[in-house]
Amino acid sequence: MIDTASLAMVAPEEILCVGGLVLLMIAAFVGDKSARLIGWLSILVLAGAGLSLLGLPGHGGDAFDGLYRADAFGAFTKTLIYIAAAVSILVAPRFFESGPASQASVIRPEYPILILFASAGMGMMVSAGDMLTLYIGLELNSLAAYVLASFMRRDGRSAEAGLKYFVLGALASGILLYGVSLLYGFTGSTSYDGISAAMADGLSRGELFGLVFVLAGLAFKISAVPFHMWTPDVYEGAPTPVTAFFASAPKVAAVGLTVRVALEAMGSALDQWQQIVVFVALASIIFGAVAAIGQSNIKRLLAYSSINNVGFALIGLAAGTAEGVAAVLSYLAIYVVMTLGSFLCILQMRDANGNPVEDIASLSGLSQSRRGLAAAFAIFMFSLAGIPPLMGFWAKFLVFDAAVGAGLTGLAIFGISASVIGAFYYLKIIKTIYFDEPAAGYAPAGSKVESALIAVCAILLVIGYLFNAPLASVTYAAAAALH
Amino acid sequence: MNEFGFPLLSLMLAVPMLGAIACLFANAQTARMIALAATTIDLILGIVLWINFDQSASAPAWQFQEYAPVFGRFAWALGIDGIALLLIALTVFLMPICILASWEAIQKRVGEYMAAFLFMEVLMIGVFTAQDLFLFYIFFEAGLIPMYLIIGIWGGANRIYASYKFFLYTLLGSVLMLIAMLWMAREAGTTNIPTLMAYDFPPQVQTWLWLAFFASFAVKMPMWPVHTWLPDAHVQAPTAGSVILAGVLLKMGGYGFIRFSLPMFPDASAQFAPLVFGLSMVAVVYTSLVALVQQDMKKLIAYSSVAHMAIVTVGLFAFNQAGIEGAMMVMLGHGLVSGALFLCVGVIYDRLHTREIDRYGGLSINMPRYAILFMLFTMASVGLPGTSNFVGEFLALMGVYQASSWVALICTTGIILGAAYMLYLYRRICFGEQKNADAAAVPDLNWREIVMLVPIGLGVLWMGIYPESFLAPMRADVRAVVARMAPAAPQGDARLALGKGLPAKTHSSHEAAGEAH
Repeated sequence: MIDTASLAMVAPEEILCVGGLVLLMIAAFVGDKSARLIGWLSILVLAGAGLSLLGLPGHGGDAFDGLYRADAFGAFTKTLIYIAAAVSILVAPRFFESGPASQASVIRPEYPILILFASAGMGMMVSAGDMLTLYIGLELNSLAAYVLASFMRRDGRSAEAGLKYFVLGALASGILLYGVSLLYGFTGSTSYDGISAAMADGLSRGELFGLVFVLAGLAFKISAVPFHMWTPDVYEGAPTPVTAFFASAPKVAAVGLTVRVALEAMGSALDQWQQIVVFVALASIIFGAVAAIGQSNIKRLLAYSSINNVGFALIGLAAGTAEGVAAVLSYLAIYVVMTLGSFLCILQMRDANGNPVEDIASLSGLSQSRRGLAAAFAIFMFSLAGIPPLMGFWAKFLVFDAAVGAGLTGLAIFGISASVIGAFYYLKIIKTIYFDEPAAGYAPAGSKVESALIAVCAILLVIGYLFNAPLASVTYAAAAALH
Repeated sequence: MNEFGFPLLSLMLAVPMLGAIACLFANAQTARMIALAATTIDLILGIVLWINFDQSASAPAWQFQEYAPVFGRFAWALGIDGIALLLIALTVFLMPICILASWEAIQKRVGEYMAAFLFMEVLMIGVFTAQDLFLFYIFFEAGLIPMYLIIGIWGGANRIYASYKFFLYTLLGSVLMLIAMLWMAREAGTTNIPTLMAYDFPPQVQTWLWLAFFASFAVKMPMWPVHTWLPDAHVQAPTAGSVILAGVLLKMGGYGFIRFSLPMFPDASAQFAPLVFGLSMVAVVYTSLVALVQQDMKKLIAYSSVAHMAIVTVGLFAFNQAGIEGAMMVMLGHGLVSGALFLCVGVIYDRLHTREIDRYGGLSINMPRYAILFMLFTMASVGLPGTSNFVGEFLALMGVYQASSWVALICTTGIILGAAYMLYLYRRICFGEQKNADAAAVPDLNWREIVMLVPIGLGVLWMGIYPESFLAPMRADVRAVVARMAPAAPQGDARLALGKGLPAKTHSSHEAAGEAH
C-alpha cells in the first residue's frame, strides 16, 4: 500500500532527491562543461522544494506513522537551509574558476548536486520524528558534506579538512548512535513521542546516559564547546563557498534538530538537559570569543565566531519555552544572513592575480580602496558583535529576553557580559579595514551576482527591524508546532 | 501624530539621516556643504521645537508625541519633556559648530567623516526623544559605532587603543542595562517609558535594576573610577569629536539618571545615594588634582569634565528641586563650555599641531581675539557669576547641602581647584613671555572660528545672566521627578527646623495649657 498522504508531505525531499539524481545523470553524460547550467538548475530545484513547503509539507502533520513531521517548524528551518544552499551554489563557480592555474581547478557539476543531497538530508534532520529518521538525515547530510569539504582534492588543506571532518564526524555519529541505542534500550522506543512518554515518570540512569550521549553527539554537529575542535580546521581548509555552506545551512539544520530533540523527545526531562545546555551555551560563547582573538586567518576567525553564535542560539533553547524556540529560530534566520554576508565578503578577498587570500592583515585599509565592500564588511562585523541598530542585536535581544522570561537571569547576565569579549575581535577586523594603512589592494569585484547578494544581506541587516512583526509571527507559529 | 499635527521629531531625525547617506556618496567639498546644511536645518527645527513647546503650568508633561508600532516588540515612540528639550537644543546647537570646526582640520575621507557625524546627531537626538525602552537602548548603544569610527579613523597617534577602550568600556556598561530592561518590560508589561516611570518595582528588585543601569550610566557619565576611557578618548579624538563627546555624549549618562534611575527606582536611588556621593567626592577632588598636573591641554579639560560631571551626580542624588535643576544646568553649561574649550584647543592645535601646554605662551599678544574668548570660557568653566556654570554649580551645591553638608563642603573644593587648574592653564597659554617663536607667530582667529566660538560665548552669558529661560521648561518635569522620589527621599543631615518665634500673646498659651488640664 502506498501512503500517498505521507508521500505528499515529504515532497521537498522528493524533489531534491529526484532533482539531484536527474542532474547527476546530465552531469555524467555532458561532462564538466555543464557545471554552470547544473548550478542554475539546482537552484531551481531548491526553489521548487521551497515552494512545495507552502502546501502540505508545511503543515501536514505526522507522516509515515510519526517517522517524519511536516510542520511549520520544519518549513521555517528548511526555508533557511534552502536559501543558504542556493547562495552557496551561486557563489561557487567564480571561486573555483579563478583559482591558481596550476591546479586546473574548474567548477565541477557535482558541487551543486552534492549540495542538493545535503539539503535533502538536512530537511530530514529538521523534520525527523524518530531517532532513526534523524540519523539517516544526519548521515545523508554528512556524507555529502565530507565530500564537499575535500572538493578541491589537489589542495592539501582541502583534503585534510575532508579527512578531519570525516573522522571526527564519524566519531560523533557513533556517540549519537550509542545514545540512541541506550534510549531505545531503556525506553523501548525510538520515536520522539515514545521516548518522551517513557521519560515522563522520571529519568532512569540508562535514560540519563542516553540523553547525555545524544546531546553530546548533537553538540558535535552544531560545533558547540566542548565538541568544537574540528570546526576551525574544517572551516579553514574547505573551499570558501563550502565553508559558507557549512557555517549556514548545516548549522541551521543541526540547531533545529537539537531543538526538536530536546523539546519533543526529551521535553519531559527539561531539568536534566537544561543544565547541560546552559553549560554548553556559556562555554561556547566564552571559548568562541576568547579563542578568536588570536586568529590571523579570517576563515578560522569566523569558525570561532560560529561557535560563539551557536552558544547564543542555545541560550534560547536553554529557556525551554515556546518563546525560547521562537528566539532560536529568529536567531538562526538573522545569523544566516550575517554569516552568508561575511563569507561573500571573504570571497571578494583575492589578490591582483585573482588568487584567494585569507589573511586578516590583507584587509588593511580596505575602506580606502573598496568603500562599498568595506562598509558591508563593517556592517556584518558590527552585526555579529550584536551592536544596535543592526539586526545582530535583535537576534541576541530575543534569546536573552527568552532566558530572562524563563527565569534564567543569571545565564543572561553571564552570556551578555561574555558577548563583550566577542565584540573585541569583530572590532579588530573593522579596525583593520578602517583604521590601518592600505595594504596591496584586491582585484576588482567582477561578479555582479556576488555584489548584489552582499548588498541584499547588508541592507537586510540595517532595515530588518521593519520585519520584526512578521518574523515573530512566523517563528512563534513554528515554535508552536513543537509539542 | 501629535497635537502639533506634524511629526517634527521624526523630521529632526530624518534630516541628518538623509544627509549622512548623501555624504557617503559626495565628494569632500559637497559633503561639507551637505553636513552644514543638514545640521543647520536641524538647528532651525530645534528652534521651532523650543518655540512651540508649551511651558505653561497646564501643559502636558510629554509633548510632540509620536507613536508607530512598526517594530513588533517595541514601537517608534517619540516625545519630549522639558528636560529632553533642553538637551536636544544643546545637541542641535553644537552640531553645526562641530561641522565648522572640522571644515579644514579634516582633509581625508571627508564624506565618511561627515556621514559619521550626522549619524551621531541622529542617535543623540534619538536618545533624548525615545519614549520606548528598547528604542532608547538602540539609540543609546548605536552611538558607539560612529564614535568608534570617528576616534579610530581621524584621531591622533594612539587612536586605536583609545577607540577600543571607548567601545568596550561603554559596551560592557550597557549590556547589563539591557538585561535589566528586559526584566522590567516583562514585569511591568510595557515598554513605554512614561508608564514605567510611574510603575512601582518591588524595592528589593530595584536594587539590582538600579545597579544594572548604574553600570551603564556611570561609565557614560563618567564617574570615578570608571572614567579612565574619557581622557584617552578625548585626547585622541579629532576636535569636533571631543566637542560632541564632552558636549552631548556625557550628558546621556546624566539624562539616564534623571529619566530612569531616579523616577523608576526611587528606593534604590535613596539606598545608593551615599555610594554616588562617595564616588563623586573622590572624583571632584582627585580628578581636579590630576587636571592640575597635566601637560596636555585636552587631557586637562577631559579631567575637568570628570570633576564637573561629579557635581552633576551629587546634584541629581540630592533628592530635591534645586539639586536636580542645578545638575541639569551644569550639564547644559558644561556642554557649552567644555565644547568651547575643546574648540579653543583645536584652534591652536590646527596652527601648531601640538597640545603640549609648554609649547605655547603669551598668545594674548599675537592672538588677542582668541585670548578674550578663551578667557570667557575659562571663567565660565571656573564658575564665575554671570556665566552658565555658576548657576548650575550653585544650585547643585545648594541642593546637596540640604542632603549632606559634608558632601557639599568637599564638592565645593572642586570649584576652588577648578579655578586653580583653569587659571594656571590660561596663564601658561595666553600670558607670560612668548618663549616659543613659532607660537608667537601664529595668526589670530579667522572668521570661521569666530563664527564657531561667539555663539557659544553668547549662550554661556545668556545662561549665566538670565537662567530662567532654561529653568522654566524643565521646572515642572523636575518637580514631577522630585515628587515621585519624595516617599523614598533620605533624611538629610541638614535638620531644618522652623524657628519657634516669640509667642504673640502670653495668655493664649496659658489658655491652651489650661484646656489640656
